[in-house]
Amino acid sequence: MGAPGSPPSGQQAYSTWRLLREALNGNRGWAPVWRDAEPRSEYDVLIIGGGGHGLATAHYLSSVYGIHNVAVLEKSWIGSGNAGRNTTIVRSNYLLPGNIPFYEFSMRLWEGLERDLNYNAMVSQRGVLNLYHSDAQRDAYARRGNAMALHGVDGELLDREALRRMVPYLAYENARFPIKGALLQRRGGTVRHDAVVWGYARAASARGVDVVQRCEVTGFRISNGKVMGVETTRGPIGANKVGVAVAGRSGQVAALAGLRLPIESHVLQAFVSEAVKPVIHHVITFGAGHFYISQSDKGGLVFGGDLDGYNSYAQRGNLPTAEDVCEGAMALMPMVGRARVLRQWGGIMDMTMDGSPIIDRTPIEGLYLNAGWCYGGFKATPASGYAFAHLLATDAPHETAAAYRLDRFAAGRMIDEKGQGPQPNLH
Amino acid sequence: MRLPAGGRIDRARPLAFRFDGRYYSGFAGDTLASALLANGVRLVGRSFKHHRPRGVFTAGPEEPNALVELGRGAERTPNTRATTTELREGLEAFPQNCWPSLRFDLMAVNGLLAPLFAAGFYYKTFMWPSSFWEKVYEPLIRRAAGLGRLSGAPDPGVYDKVHDFCDVLVIGAGPAGLAAALAAGRSGARVILAEEDFELGGRLLGDRAEIAGGSGSAWAASVAGELKTLAETRVLRRTAVFGVYDGGTYGALEQGPAGGVVRCRYRKIVARRCVLASGALERPLVFADNDRPGVMLASAARTYVNRFAAAPGRRAVVFTTSDDGWRTAADLTRAGVAVAAVVDPRSDVGADVTALAGDAERLTGAAVARALGGAALRGVEVAGADGARRVIACDLLAVSGGWSPNLALTAHLGARPVWSAQAQAFAPGATPEGLRVAGAAAGRFTTAEALADGFAAGAEAAEACGFPALRIEAPGAGPEAARWATLRHIANARGKSYLDLQHDVTASDIDLAHREGFRAPEHVKRYTTLGMATDQGRLSSHNGLALLAQANGAAIGEQGPTTHRPPYAPVPIAAFAGAERDGAFRPVRHTPTHAWAERRGAVFVEAGLWLRAQYFPNPGERDWQESVTREVRAVRNGVGFCDVSTLGKIELFGPDVATFLERLYTNAWANLAVGRARYGLMLREDGIVLDDGTTSRLGPEHYVMTTTTANAARVFQHMEFARQVLWPELDVQMVSATDQWAQIAIAGPLARETLARVLDPGFDLSDAAFPYMAAAETTVLAGAPARVFRVSFSGERGYELAAPARLGEALADALMAVGAPFAITPYGVEALGVMRIEKGHPAGPELNGQTTPGDLGLAKLLSRRKDYIGRRLGERPGLTDPDRQTLVGLKPIDRSQRLRAGGHLVREGAPASAAHDEGHVTSTAYSPTLGHSIALALLARGAQRLGERVRIVDPLRGGEVVAEVCAPVFVDPGGERLRG
Amino acid sequence: MRIPCPHCGARALEEFAFLGAADPVRPAPDAPLKDWVDYAYLRDNPAGAHREWWRHAFGCGAWLAVTRDTTTHAILAATSALGGAGPGAGSP
Repeated sequence: MGAPGSPPSGQQAYSTWRLLREALNGNRGWAPVWRDAEPRSEYDVLIIGGGGHGLATAHYLSSVYGIHNVAVLEKSWIGSGNAGRNTTIVRSNYLLPGNIPFYEFSMRLWEGLERDLNYNAMVSQRGVLNLYHSDAQRDAYARRGNAMALHGVDGELLDREALRRMVPYLAYENARFPIKGALLQRRGGTVRHDAVVWGYARAASARGVDVVQRCEVTGFRISNGKVMGVETTRGPIGANKVGVAVAGRSGQVAALAGLRLPIESHVLQAFVSEAVKPVIHHVITFGAGHFYISQSDKGGLVFGGDLDGYNSYAQRGNLPTAEDVCEGAMALMPMVGRARVLRQWGGIMDMTMDGSPIIDRTPIEGLYLNAGWCYGGFKATPASGYAFAHLLATDAPHETAAAYRLDRFAAGRMIDEKGQGPQPNLH
Repeated sequence: MRLPAGGRIDRARPLAFRFDGRYYSGFAGDTLASALLANGVRLVGRSFKHHRPRGVFTAGPEEPNALVELGRGAERTPNTRATTTELREGLEAFPQNCWPSLRFDLMAVNGLLAPLFAAGFYYKTFMWPSSFWEKVYEPLIRRAAGLGRLSGAPDPGVYDKVHDFCDVLVIGAGPAGLAAALAAGRSGARVILAEEDFELGGRLLGDRAEIAGGSGSAWAASVAGELKTLAETRVLRRTAVFGVYDGGTYGALEQGPAGGVVRCRYRKIVARRCVLASGALERPLVFADNDRPGVMLASAARTYVNRFAAAPGRRAVVFTTSDDGWRTAADLTRAGVAVAAVVDPRSDVGADVTALAGDAERLTGAAVARALGGAALRGVEVAGADGARRVIACDLLAVSGGWSPNLALTAHLGARPVWSAQAQAFAPGATPEGLRVAGAAAGRFTTAEALADGFAAGAEAAEACGFPALRIEAPGAGPEAARWATLRHIANARGKSYLDLQHDVTASDIDLAHREGFRAPEHVKRYTTLGMATDQGRLSSHNGLALLAQANGAAIGEQGPTTHRPPYAPVPIAAFAGAERDGAFRPVRHTPTHAWAERRGAVFVEAGLWLRAQYFPNPGERDWQESVTREVRAVRNGVGFCDVSTLGKIELFGPDVATFLERLYTNAWANLAVGRARYGLMLREDGIVLDDGTTSRLGPEHYVMTTTTANAARVFQHMEFARQVLWPELDVQMVSATDQWAQIAIAGPLARETLARVLDPGFDLSDAAFPYMAAAETTVLAGAPARVFRVSFSGERGYELAAPARLGEALADALMAVGAPFAITPYGVEALGVMRIEKGHPAGPELNGQTTPGDLGLAKLLSRRKDYIGRRLGERPGLTDPDRQTLVGLKPIDRSQRLRAGGHLVREGAPASAAHDEGHVTSTAYSPTLGHSIALALLARGAQRLGERVRIVDPLRGGEVVAEVCAPVFVDPGGERLRG
Repeated sequence: MRIPCPHCGARALEEFAFLGAADPVRPAPDAPLKDWVDYAYLRDNPAGAHREWWRHAFGCGAWLAVTRDTTTHAILAATSALGGAGPGAGSP
């Protein structure tokens, strides 16, 4: 991976000393974290979508590939989509060779993020546990853990006793499905999601990238099969290269360019409880139910489960999923029963037909697509930005993202981790 | 202090309770908060971040401060609002988020460091060294954060779920809600009135309103009485409607009464119409040190004296920007609390309003600049109209910044409230279909307006459901003022002005966020955590938006509020789960021989929802391996039987079944004769294997299909899609019969002799009459219908015998009896698995949704003469690539070594790395027949590599085995044994 | 969400299983591979009215073509496949 350059000169450095000095000065010296830019009429590269992926793309374009004449166009406020409504989990415990190197690359970028950005996004490598409940599930995790190991990714297969020492509070004795052990990735964990958005925006902005909010793309200017720019609610903007990073809305934006995608938009709910003192110290995924959980630094239990299961652009779900998720919680760890759900919300997932993402050129010259993140989008943010920047800068796929082709469905080279086939709500 | 008279408490029923280790006494009808105030307890909690001392601030569910841990041991419930907790005998509450004690909290040092801990400080530091974040900084932050503690023990509570249906749901039983319920109820509609409080009346209980010449609370009681007489009307007290969902579905949480069995009941209410009468929330005011214990909402102060006869102080100041706040002075005075002054920044307050202050000093055009005191309020510093400052001693400061309609439920489906300049508050935007807002929630703030609006809304809702429209004349109500100015922040550099009391977000945090470029309301919320505490911004959101608008130089209405998310009232995780926990998390499916197998001492294993016999240990056997080996040998050498009822069974009828099967399966079905069975392979439309199994033709237009246990439901749905959607013109009927039939595999060289003895006489089992892959209907156990299939999964001569499910145990007993001379041996799924691996049949680990027929060596089953699901897309280059991994067998070179599933395959001599990863071991078993470990595996170009050696690497668990690649059939590759 | 099953009346979401878009029509067996790829993989994915397959799995078992607004979840129509809702094409 290319080494990101030194901090840009336009940036106000953050440090403990600076914090102390400002505290004594009434915190009056802090500058805006990013410039709220007005759009200019022409850029080298336009990124549609001011979420984590779009802003990370801009950051790596400017810091690694030296392309600074870039604008990120966000229809609302930056981070208003899935970047700000996910459950903050990062991990690279994937199964298939098309996925592992990419997510591991992402994990390595997470590990260096605060130094790269001079921004503490609270990367917390507290360990991700995937529980297994049968010999067959154990064997499947062994297959996965070995695939990870062959790619240089950390993983450990814990038996029941080792797991019990780590997380004694699970319902080992009384569970409907016995807990027999877990696949552990110690380097996995959580990251403060909003901070990722702000950190990338700050770093990109300091290198000259224009972060343009309240600027919705309403059309593409395409001439002879070649992209010339976009129409927006704030006027036309020209560029020879346009990258789309609007997961959740990819189908809608692609349709503006006349493209149909192997994607359905689905709602995935997440839940947070009132803050309680620390009780859950890892990320835990329940293999026999639809449930995963971690505890935020503020104390809220952050948890979720499966998709609601139907196409949706409404950022909210319904009660059956809430019940299903909470049943999983009570089956696995009945000590959380009295924690109260404080908020329930939904994010719109770009669900692809094989459950894996797309980072590729499109049939329209100069139009590039970063889409289909299903519910793996947050953990992918740094590598997605890096690989998309690489593609935009070089017109060739980044080595870790070479499998994420748009034509893989026509070629029969799906990357189907779950083996569910072309039915997005099952991935 | 408890007032000598008045209130709605039952002084005949004293209740003893404990808080922070001390005993107190209250009365039935008290909340924990009112009882504490009546006992003179002012300090009840510590704030989230600064650990500032805090007192009771409200009298309702919006309480930010008075959160306690309720109960002890496994019953401990953190973050419980004292203001909504009904007092009961023996109640025990503990302060939370303080150490070592509530009075002396060491974490209060955070308050002194507040400038350092400004909004977002953590993003700017703790970056070096990198590993210190997880090891040092984060644990410190985590420990300091959080509020109360979970018990750590399984929740012992009992939770219940209820589905309710009604014509009209009325949410809230204040004046508007009671009126709406009455109007709808009288019309005969099915009405549910849900009220969060344990008493009906809403503000009528806390205020001295006048209705129909009597008191508001008396009117509420009379309406409650009439509602009881209406057969179709149900009143749910202690029930908070927490969310609006699609299709007129409402989520509600009912708290069980004290002493009841059920702790809470989660209700899903489906209503054709809804009247939302959720009232309004009083807004606090923002000034320095506005969080001191003794500062309280004016409406709460009125509620404590009027409803609970509990004086929250001895000497009060009222600080209000609303006419309504002035009433507080009158109510407090009447209750015997001295009111020193009423301070109102407005200079144009009407004389009728100021008259409410009685003898108190009236300071219009003035403002409270600062609250004084530490753990209790000592006084206030007032800035007069002339700018002069003076101190007024008091121990209670009642604050009122006007009222905001309580609109959260109108916004759950995505609508956004809109600013109303006239009401100086956000008003409902578009409302969910079928929902109408009424009363104060709709900006009808006076009792008279609320009553009229409630009656109209109730009548309209009932009429919309087809009930007669009743026009009820609203009773007259006393005059009330309802006018206020929106917030001004009274700036004072010396103290912290709190917006969000629980999360300690101050006015200066909003300024800082703005300075740093966080200007969208959602950005400010996320950066400062404003409104993200347990009260979800009920108290803080209006003031926060007002300050932000001021900073942005915009009008408050231009930017709109942040999104309201359900649940409006927090719902325990256990309540959403209800009874579906522990062993009842998911249904358990028992096979028809389950009880019999239990008696035989079988060990069971989960297979999806099923519990299946894994093996049947005999006395003296050392481990499962010994039992399984015995079972396998019994089948290979004598006879055994196994319950295979979990296989999906689908009955198909009609003249077009053969055509239907032709399109579903990859192989030919048109020529299957009656009385014959055939193995079939089914693909998904994308060319990947979906499932396999046998289908038998029992009659000209009657077939029965079996699927794998794991895929039964999915295959049935797939077939129904094909039948109903793809080819509705085919005359086929189908039904799942999985649960109707007990199906038992009888296998081994002596299977025929055994089966012959158990079938009713007259059935010819000779190989000529009933050869391999024959199927027939007959009778068993003296006349019970039965089906016999000559199929084999074990590779031995095998039959599957099906009989009605109720006969499962009888069938097992009969087999044991007739098979006794052959030492018949029941076997479980473990032995079944061993034998299928010995025979190389693909199962779950190979049918993993990623393999093609070619991968599994089943390409010969792909007919070239017809269309079938999966044919065309299965031809894509990626799925026919000769480099794909295909099914092979593996034998360890050192026969004593054990193979493990999940190991990966690397060419001998190649390094163990991703670049050389050529496949993985899918299934393994110790083969009693061969006397060593065997495996099935998927290996790149495997079919061409028989005889080659591969390394099985297992870096996850350590160890490496060299194995020989072989054909995947280890036993009887020619299939002579199964033909007999 | 509540879906008006033409056979059973309005029933709660948890009784139904969702499949996906109902508009794609299964191509003829000899249609170009591209048509098959489009059928199996490409979707309009509209924000608005969406015709989609639901099965009343814990009810009558019928496959229903439901037209639903994906931005509001409002159900606009629901017809049974055997009642003529199906594309009815693609017989081999």
